[in-house]
Amino acid sequence: MARINLILLALLTACALGLVTSQDKTRKLFAELEREQEQAKQLDVEWGQLQLEQSTWAMHARVEKIARERLHMSEPDAKRTQIVMPAAAGSGR
Amino acid sequence: MNYAASPVLALRLPLWRSRLLLALIAGGFLVLAGRAVYLQGLNNDFLQQKGESRYSRVLEISATRGKITDRHGEALAISTPVKSVWAIPEEVQFSTQQRAKLAALLEMPPREIDKRLNDATAFVYLKRQIPPEVAERVSALHIPGLFQNQEYRRYYPGGEVMAQVLGFTGADDVGQDGIELAFQSTLAGISGSRRVIKDRMGHIVEDTESIREAQNGRDLTLALDAKLQNLAFSQLKLAVDSNKAKAGAIIVLDAKSGEVLALANLPTYNPNNRSRLSGAQLRNRVITDSFEPGSTLKPFTVAVAIEEGKVRPDSMIATAGGQMTIGHATIHDAHRFGDMTVAQVIQRSSNVGAAKIALSLPAEDMWTMFDKVGFGAAPRLGFPGAASGRLRPYKSWRPIEQATMAYGHGISVSLLQLARAYTIFADDGELMPLSLLRVDAPLVGKQVISAATAHKLRDMLELAVQPGGTAPRARVMGYRVAGKTGTAHKEENGGYAKNKYVASFVGLAPASDPRLVIAVMIDEPTGGQYYGGVVAAPVFAAVMGGALRMLGVPPDAPLQPLELPPEGSEIKEGD
Repeated sequence: MARINLILLALLTACALGLVTSQDKTRKLFAELEREQEQAKQLDVEWGQLQLEQSTWAMHARVEKIARERLHMSEPDAKRTQIVMPAAAGSGR
Repeated sequence: MNYAASPVLALRLPLWRSRLLLALIAGGFLVLAGRAVYLQGLNNDFLQQKGESRYSRVLEISATRGKITDRHGEALAISTPVKSVWAIPEEVQFSTQQRAKLAALLEMPPREIDKRLNDATAFVYLKRQIPPEVAERVSALHIPGLFQNQEYRRYYPGGEVMAQVLGFTGADDVGQDGIELAFQSTLAGISGSRRVIKDRMGHIVEDTESIREAQNGRDLTLALDAKLQNLAFSQLKLAVDSNKAKAGAIIVLDAKSGEVLALANLPTYNPNNRSRLSGAQLRNRVITDSFEPGSTLKPFTVAVAIEEGKVRPDSMIATAGGQMTIGHATIHDAHRFGDMTVAQVIQRSSNVGAAKIALSLPAEDMWTMFDKVGFGAAPRLGFPGAASGRLRPYKSWRPIEQATMAYGHGISVSLLQLARAYTIFADDGELMPLSLLRVDAPLVGKQVISAATAHKLRDMLELAVQPGGTAPRARVMGYRVAGKTGTAHKEENGGYAKNKYVASFVGLAPASDPRLVIAVMIDEPTGGQYYGGVVAAPVFAAVMGGALRMLGVPPDAPLQPLELPPEGSEIKEGD
């Protein structure tokens, strides 16, 4: 009788310790998850800002200005334009 | 003294005293047990709540507003988080040095900060919507009584180019104008909340329940083409500036799908910096303003006459003399020619011709045509404040009114309605529904006139942009163009202002298989020229040419440089 009690006590202690450990692990993992989610959010925000930056740099007015003024580009005039009709029925969209 | 020898022990007390004491103590325990059962079992809400409030917190999960992109996915409006700095003035304590640093970070004079703090006691915003980096440096100052909360701010990379179409949002990220308002329910996110357990350090240790999922706003893909929009805007700006006009507007429609590819207004504003705005800047004239369109309405009258078999394009109309009297009123043409064919009435924009054709028609038929192409009813776009224009019931038309309506007076439309109405000429008689959003499945139009009539009208409109027409400046190299000028006196105080005009041009191209309809309106040009063919047509030509090239539309005319008539020699339309 006393032996069984001792074994059960040992088992109980082991289980209790296991519970504590797993709970601790859960919390740690959860904290990590939180951190990752936070980072995902941050990255999302950053992505938005980068998109914004991209469209600001890529503004057509700006691109056109640089092309004309700095790169001295211009539209080809009619004499230098040759239109190649698409062979298939579909127009080149 | 020996304890056992204590005389107290020798006392014999009555038994009931110890019994009574026992009973009292037992009773006390019972009361405690009862109270414990009551608090923990029967009425435990209050304590449980108190307990939870020590560790459990409800967190707000913020949702972002959807972004607006053009048809190719280019971002036109994006929300990014910003911080607002607020204070509880009673609790604020800072050194002069800290104050100076704070003022520098917030870019406001130190006196302004003092003023704000002194004006309120409980709560005051010091500055709203500052970038997160600045906010971080503000919090690094560790000033007590100073707090921050997160807000969203909407940025518009396109700036003034498409300000009136997109509209803007308020400080709380709610749409207040334009598409931001029209599609508020789609764009808006719904913030959620969740319950978590926090430890004493403030870290979240467990997620207990999700009260409401956050729903981010949906993204919106517009029909707008950012490149085309920019082209339309810059050409419009050029024309408004060079003609010293009060305002201008342009709309580009895809003739096949009814999508609004570009829509620009002047004057405009920068939606990213909205201090000092006037109503004139905010107004989306294309959609919300109606005006008397003038001669651009002539093709509709002629379409009715042709549709009913009253005239053919080569029928002669007695326009000799260039004027006509109905009752007390006289209608004039700007030029005197002899008699004209119906096609020439359109080509040279003869008021007398249009009026004579109109008077040969029943008023009801003209009204039906105007009604069918969408005049007098606000277009169903969902856009706030879309104008319906004015189309009076035909029963009240007097003959002079019917005659003037033929050339676009006594009736008012918005530029949007006008451009849409022209889709019947572009699309073989079908009126296309308009869409501000990208349309992926082809839409079905509504047949208004027969395809044959539409073709005849298109041929006439092509004549109008040829030399000998009113708008040779509307021609585009490499493409056949069809269109009509309009020059109308402005209505003012119930009459017509003598020297205030609205110049307009509506056209389509390529005429062999129209892809685009463009309508241009220049309000009160004061640069000396005011005819639609001189003021508005060049804008049309520049935008149409550029747009067709951008879309890769194959040319349907030989690529020969166009010869423009010398200044002032072209035929002016009647006004």
